[in-house]
Amino acid sequence: MFIKQLSIFVQNEPGRLSEIAGVIAGAGVDIRALSIADTTNFGILRLIVDKPTEAMEALGKLGLTVKLTEVIAVEVNDRPGEFAGALRVLGDAGVVVEYIYAFLSRSPGKACVILRVDDNEKAEGILQNAGIVTLRERDLYAV
Amino acid sequence: MFTPEIESAERERLREIQSERLKKTVRRAYENIGFYKKLFDESGVSPYDVKSIDDIENLPFTTKEDLRDNYPFGLFAVPKDELIRIHASSGTTGKQTVVGYTKHDIDIWSESAARAIAAAGGTKNDLIHISYGYGLFTGGLGLHYGAEKLGAVALPVSSGNTNRQVQLMRDFGSDILCCTPSYAMYIGETMKELGISPDSLPLRAGIFGAEPWTEGMRGEIEKLLGIKAYDIYGLSEIAGPGVSYDCECQNHLHVNEDYFYPEIIDMDTGKPAGDGVYGELVFTCIGKEALPLIRYRTRDISALFRGKCACGRTTVRMAKPKGRCDDMLIIRGVNVFPSQVEHVLTKMGYGGNYLIVVERKNNLDQMEVKVEITEDLLTDTVRGIEKAGKNLENALASFLGIHAKVTLAEPKSLPRSEGKAKRVIDNRKLI
Repeated sequence: MFIKQLSIFVQNEPGRLSEIAGVIAGAGVDIRALSIADTTNFGILRLIVDKPTEAMEALGKLGLTVKLTEVIAVEVNDRPGEFAGALRVLGDAGVVVEYIYAFLSRSPGKACVILRVDDNEKAEGILQNAGIVTLRERDLYAV
Repeated sequence: MFTPEIESAERERLREIQSERLKKTVRRAYENIGFYKKLFDESGVSPYDVKSIDDIENLPFTTKEDLRDNYPFGLFAVPKDELIRIHASSGTTGKQTVVGYTKHDIDIWSESAARAIAAAGGTKNDLIHISYGYGLFTGGLGLHYGAEKLGAVALPVSSGNTNRQVQLMRDFGSDILCCTPSYAMYIGETMKELGISPDSLPLRAGIFGAEPWTEGMRGEIEKLLGIKAYDIYGLSEIAGPGVSYDCECQNHLHVNEDYFYPEIIDMDTGKPAGDGVYGELVFTCIGKEALPLIRYRTRDISALFRGKCACGRTTVRMAKPKGRCDDMLIIRGVNVFPSQVEHVLTKMGYGGNYLIVVERKNNLDQMEVKVEITEDLLTDTVRGIEKAGKNLENALASFLGIHAKVTLAEPKSLPRSEGKAKRVIDNRKLI
């Protein structure tokens, strides 16, 4: 299964991110991974959290618009060449990668990579055929 | 209809009323107001030559400047003991525009507003929730007296304290909401935030005016509040809200032409424009005693349409004003009305809250449109959002004929208004 990611449109304004983070904290939601795409006028904050529904509700109350997207999470060995290998199988199959962010797993010697691709089903099949582990939500939240 | 004998009268009957009232009004103005005596004498027009409503085209115009020059009471035709009320409109520059009413004036204004409420489906059994400001502004008291004249229940909430507005609406069961269209949007958003579904409220109609708004905005409000939205038009110089109003057909606004006689003129030449042609809207107060303005140039851009409406009314209809001539921005030589920007925004799926900022950089006008991103237009990729902005820029350019930079803002980040919305910030320093 795919992983739910929250995307939030954020105006470039001092203090805005801390406000958003505060609201998420206040709802008792744990952030598992995040990335920010920054442009001159705005940013998009992308979050993987352990309770997406609660987070969306809390953010909605702050007046924020949140987009829910499904992404793929893969677990690779934290070793040179592992990440490159995963990307190669996707590239060879013609899967378009929109963006990526990664973080170290709590399992020793493992890293997690979040992938936003144009075709989730296709990408997952290819990764699994190549023997690459894709994570389910509960795996990720337990990380 | 509140007054079917007028609203659906034979045209010939209306003409008789208008001719009779115009004759009286012109004489009253000439004989009681120094300004009009001078104006008529100088333009070589005798008020005693006016025989029918057709002669109106020979009469001189009155402008907002004339009201300011005669500040505060110089254009009143009656002594103070006959006045019972004074209103004033917020002059954006300098002096306010001051208007006075006799008992009779308040009566006809109330009747006009009552016709508007009735046309929006209001009856004696309805609770009319009035969120226009009460005070010198004519909005609050205008609808209030209209509601009372109709025999409905007036709820004078005035503007502000939006959470309480929603609470009263729910607890009291308001049937019809009256406020500015921008405040209606604000109330709708607040309702959503409070988790109150419009379906759970008896509210079924809204009467919105005091600022120009588009059909797109009407759709937004109707969707957000789950009601039918009726336009009401008016200006304090002529009376206040109720000069004209929407019926259930929402096909241009019926003018209370037995009291406020409308004309459309070419803005530059002052010559009458044909039916259906847009130009400056001009009113003559043919029923008023205290301030019988003759051919008052409203600065509003509209058009007139004749012919019986499907609702049965025979009164002339005016197009939803496109905006005031004063709101018109001239950007790199192109005329731009905020309402045109609003039209494009709502068509492209954005909400009705926006801000136009105009700057002059290196002697070149730059127009920026700030608008809030919506849930539907939000994507998780920069490319997606930039594409949405670009699409909007293209749509604006093709509709307005000039390029405008689009800045997408966070939802609910642009200022909300409890009264008339401020849509334009013009930072150009003209030397």
